[in-house]
Amino acid sequence: MFELLTSLLILSMLITLYRFLKGPTLADRVVAFDVLNIMGVSLLVLLALYYERSLYLDIALVFGLIGFLGSTIFGRYIEKGI
Amino acid sequence: MDTLGYMFIFVGMGSFLISAVGLVRMPDVYTRMHVGTKATTMGTLLVLLGAMCIEPTWAMKLILLAIFILLTNPLSSSVIARATHADGKTLKYDELK
Repeated sequence: MFELLTSLLILSMLITLYRFLKGPTLADRVVAFDVLNIMGVSLLVLLALYYERSLYLDIALVFGLIGFLGSTIFGRYIEKGI
Repeated sequence: MDTLGYMFIFVGMGSFLISAVGLVRMPDVYTRMHVGTKATTMGTLLVLLGAMCIEPTWAMKLILLAIFILLTNPLSSSVIARATHADGKTLKYDELK
């Protein structure tokens, strides 16, 4: 069951990665990066369920925090430059 | 209870798949942002709800993660939309012009 769910999630991540690699402008790539971060958080939750360790949930929290900071910093870079 | 949790996670995966396909199909930055934020927020919340049904002892950490996602995901999308608008991008199909 977990294999089916994880393969569905990885299929979504691959389709998103296509937009990340192809995206015409920087903003498209940043949006795809944000979506990939959110999908990575759910992938970590699925891994925590598969291995039955709650330690992965802390990693998911930190991963979400870092991803949010990355999106925000890229938005600021698009708006004002360095 | 496990079956209910798996059903929640499965619906969340469907939401992620719809979001990914929409991210490829949509013509514009703003519409891609629309697809990429709302559907993934719902998908993540459904995955967390399903995990809460499967392992009820992890409820505190999962609720914390859900509140975190619910707070930060619209915020980062708003920041990117504001930056894109300040950069001078417009809608591809503007019905109000």
